[in-house]
Amino acid sequence: MKALIALEDGAIFEGESFTGAGETSGEIVFNTGMSGYQEVLTDPSYTGQIVTMTYPLIGNYGVNEEDNESDRIQVEAFIVKEYNAIPCNYRATGSLADFLKKENILGIEGVDTRALTRHIRVAGALRGIISTKDLDPDSLVAKAKASPGLVGRDLVKEVTCKEPYGWTIKGPVAGNNFSSCDPGKHKIVCFDLGLKYNQLRLLAERDCAVQVVPATTSAEEVMAMNPDGIFLSNGPGDPAGVEGVIETIRALLPEKPVFGICLGHQILGLAYGGTTYKLKFGHRGANQPVKDLLTGKVEVTSQNHGFCVDLDSLPADEVELTHVNLNDNSLEGMRHKKFNAFSVQHHPENAPGPHDSIYLFDRFIETMDE
Amino acid sequence: MPKRTDIHKILIIGSGPIIISQACEFDYSGTQAVTALKEEGYEVVLINSNPATIMTDPEIADRTYIEPITPEMVAKIIEKERPDALLPTLGGQTGLNTAIKVAEMGVLEKYNVEMLAADVDVIKKAEGRDSFREAMYKIGLKVPESAIVHTIAESREAADKIGFPIIVRPSFTLGGTGGGVAYNSQELDDMCTAGLDLSLNTEVMLERSLLGWKEYELEVMRDRNDNVVIICSIENMDAMGVHTGDSITVAPAQTLSDREYQEMRDASIAIIREIGVETGGSNVQFAINPENGEQMIIEMNPRVSRSSALASKATGFPIAKIAAKLAVGYTLDEITNDITQETYAAFEPTIDYCVIKIPRFTFEKFPETEDVLTTAMKSVGETMAIGRTFKEALQKGFRSLEIGISGFGGHAKFELDDRDQRDLELKLKTPNSQRIFCLHEALVRDMGVERIYELTAIDPWYLHNLQQIYNMELEIKEKGFKGLQGDFLRKVKQFGFSDDQLAYITGTSENDIWQLREEQQVKPVYKLVDTCAAEFEAHTPYYYSTFEQENEARSTNGRKVMILGGGPNRIGQGIEFDYCCVHASFALREMGIESIMVNSNPETVSTDYDTSDKLYFEPLTREDVMHIIDTEKPEGVIVQFGGQTPLNLAVALDKMNVPILGTSPMPLTGPKTGNASRNSCKSWACCNPITTRPETVLRPWKSLNASAIQWWFVPHTFWADGPCALSIMSRS
Repeated sequence: MKALIALEDGAIFEGESFTGAGETSGEIVFNTGMSGYQEVLTDPSYTGQIVTMTYPLIGNYGVNEEDNESDRIQVEAFIVKEYNAIPCNYRATGSLADFLKKENILGIEGVDTRALTRHIRVAGALRGIISTKDLDPDSLVAKAKASPGLVGRDLVKEVTCKEPYGWTIKGPVAGNNFSSCDPGKHKIVCFDLGLKYNQLRLLAERDCAVQVVPATTSAEEVMAMNPDGIFLSNGPGDPAGVEGVIETIRALLPEKPVFGICLGHQILGLAYGGTTYKLKFGHRGANQPVKDLLTGKVEVTSQNHGFCVDLDSLPADEVELTHVNLNDNSLEGMRHKKFNAFSVQHHPENAPGPHDSIYLFDRFIETMDE
Repeated sequence: MPKRTDIHKILIIGSGPIIISQACEFDYSGTQAVTALKEEGYEVVLINSNPATIMTDPEIADRTYIEPITPEMVAKIIEKERPDALLPTLGGQTGLNTAIKVAEMGVLEKYNVEMLAADVDVIKKAEGRDSFREAMYKIGLKVPESAIVHTIAESREAADKIGFPIIVRPSFTLGGTGGGVAYNSQELDDMCTAGLDLSLNTEVMLERSLLGWKEYELEVMRDRNDNVVIICSIENMDAMGVHTGDSITVAPAQTLSDREYQEMRDASIAIIREIGVETGGSNVQFAINPENGEQMIIEMNPRVSRSSALASKATGFPIAKIAAKLAVGYTLDEITNDITQETYAAFEPTIDYCVIKIPRFTFEKFPETEDVLTTAMKSVGETMAIGRTFKEALQKGFRSLEIGISGFGGHAKFELDDRDQRDLELKLKTPNSQRIFCLHEALVRDMGVERIYELTAIDPWYLHNLQQIYNMELEIKEKGFKGLQGDFLRKVKQFGFSDDQLAYITGTSENDIWQLREEQQVKPVYKLVDTCAAEFEAHTPYYYSTFEQENEARSTNGRKVMILGGGPNRIGQGIEFDYCCVHASFALREMGIESIMVNSNPETVSTDYDTSDKLYFEPLTREDVMHIIDTEKPEGVIVQFGGQTPLNLAVALDKMNVPILGTSPMPLTGPKTGNASRNSCKSWACCNPITTRPETVLRPWKSLNASAIQWWFVPHTFWADGPCALSIMSRS
């Protein structure tokens, strides 16, 4: 079924739907990872976005039960060069097309994804629309222009869990105040800003009891649970648009060790008094080099962000730069000199991507041991 | 960490003559490394006995010894030259083995020569079967059940424990020479006798056969700050049991989820650290059980390898050059990525296309050798093809092979309908150089992917893709020439079908299809190989073709000339033709003329992205070359340096009004080509590539003292003044 992709600047790309009819809009971004499409699809940070994979052959190993990073598909639509319909992998339990269809997510193939990627690289991330129903380019471009975009929007309230839950070896179980999670040496409260399950898995593997709470949870409610540490997850959209959490974190900073990832890191930056800005087309992939300034070593990281903390906006006497992106020198990690808090822009929980940065979870455990 | 200033003079050992499993890839890596070290201001001394190499050109190293690569000779050179360091990891297994022997002779210690990148203990740990296994156990990785034997008696005893089939691998040999799969005690005896004889230390390993498991390779790099990156993953289409050099291989890995890929990545990093390769590239080979994902480590090469050359060409990341810089102390985050010019070598290339390497065999020239592929390498060359899909890359790869076929199917060679079914199944079951034809026939007979998988153990993902190509062939046949229109024609081209195949399938001529595509405007576009999937702007014009929306070819208006390379190595055509093409390109660049290289051989210097002004990694067929000519519009094409391949194209190109520089194409081909050409060209000084093979010209000159007589190519004199291909002049 023929599909058109229209961008707000008038660019048109042709493709074919491999999931049936539909129309959907969102910010179009590209991911350069060569594997891990299932994790990408279920990563809540992609809420509001249409993702195109730069690797052309997608669907090869199907989908399975273990690689979901949340309870549903989060992308608005998925664009690939060639969809491979028959899964060939011993872990596969189904095909990618069925996985997408079940949740009514459009999958488009046959697109010159390299041309699309180059377009975004030059023009920056753009609002776009995909349709199999309306194949009139002018009409689609008008719709793309009218779509909401990401800046200033609070997408966290759309993706954060409605009720608290505890993490167990079998997955999430509803419950508050560490009542439902597997037991552990350290009690961690995780703010769900759009988290990926692998963050919880890695904490649990490190002997932590993991209590997940909605982003709207107050500082008092958190303190009442008396955790040993606080974890701020990744999440979608513009950190400046997120309501409430910044103040909550500001109140908790003097009280407990804090570890933030991606949006959680940006929220910390804002809580420290800094500002954030939108990157031209973001960092999305599994090959971004980051230097740990504490050790001088380079780690290859998994990334997914369109916004960034402005280094110059941070109070230099209070916040120390710990990690930097070697490609564009953007801020990748920082720690507070007074409070027991550190954070990184990239995804040490990987899934998908290299495992080089898992040590950051160990560092978090160490801060609680101290 | 900046480069080291405590060393000044570095000795590099080349890989010597071309043999099976050690071809021009080591000229490619050696040339890159020597050039990189000189760039950094080091004095480089080189020993290599192969004169048909770019690396032995006088202007490459500071001093070049064209001498046999023996420990004694290396010792003599060390005594004379007194280098501060020896870099042993760039000259293939020959370089590595020789370096070990030199070290064991005490020469390095005596003259205080440091071994860079990997010292003797590291090399021994990686190459010695026992020590490697122990190291793997230590870091919790699995290796196949096995035994090390030194006598035939020991081998029989071990076989009782392991059980047949058994893989026989002699230690310290090239390309697994003398190894194989033994199915019974007689075969085991034969292989062990040969293997013990060939092994440097009279040692053979017998191991559990993992026949049918999937095989992978990862190219790993480490710097002295312990930063480790993976350059490329490669998946073998042929299952375990076929030497990687004889397998059709694909980059990146196709059938692994991220979780499984990362497990392999973690293992590779742990291995390079545990073995202790201090700096540079290594190659780790894995076997994965398709039933349950069980992972086994097969081996690790602590050096630049054939796969490194392939990985370099597949990703655009120059492994040998970076390895050389790491060896003298740089770290990955200090070396700029040439292609983007704004990022560093500390990253992992990501690709947005599919790369296929296909080996070329010459069993017909060795009637006494059985056409069966095992763990000892038998192919004599290889070709690489790039496409946006596996199907496109595979079909391009087959026509790059230059064995008459122009894709998967659509050629008389694929007509096997009189083949007995039992014989067909046997040929599918036992890997051999003709299996790809049998795979096609199996599809014709509608045997089904499941049954073909049972027989071949080729992952169903590949078989499904082959099935799709075959289904398309049927559709083309059904629709006929008249049906080749618009979107369907475009789709057919996106599946990689060549005009030649389409002509065969529809009973028309290649010209008819070409004309049709002219009318329909179905033309390829060119995309860049850029290490980063378009995330950053690429500054090096390294292209491949595909049938898509956007064309990235940046055509210039100045003077430009296209050089057609030699394609895959074969018996009778080795590295020497690549040598000529590279020099033609250098000469053009010196003259300020843009040089455009077209070639499909990943082992070569000519396919390095900075040898020419532009590189098109494409099959050398009329169709593919004509498309590039249409895009670039060069003032002429040089066909005479690439050996037989481009010469065969000369008439076809001439007919399309392409200016062939130098020699008029007419005497070069036609019936009884060789003789006609030879006779008409007797008066040429030294130059007809048919009458005079380049190495016969090169050898006497290079065997003279290189510093006494300098020489160079001046190809421009020939197309300006007359029909001569190359000449050598004395500068002194």
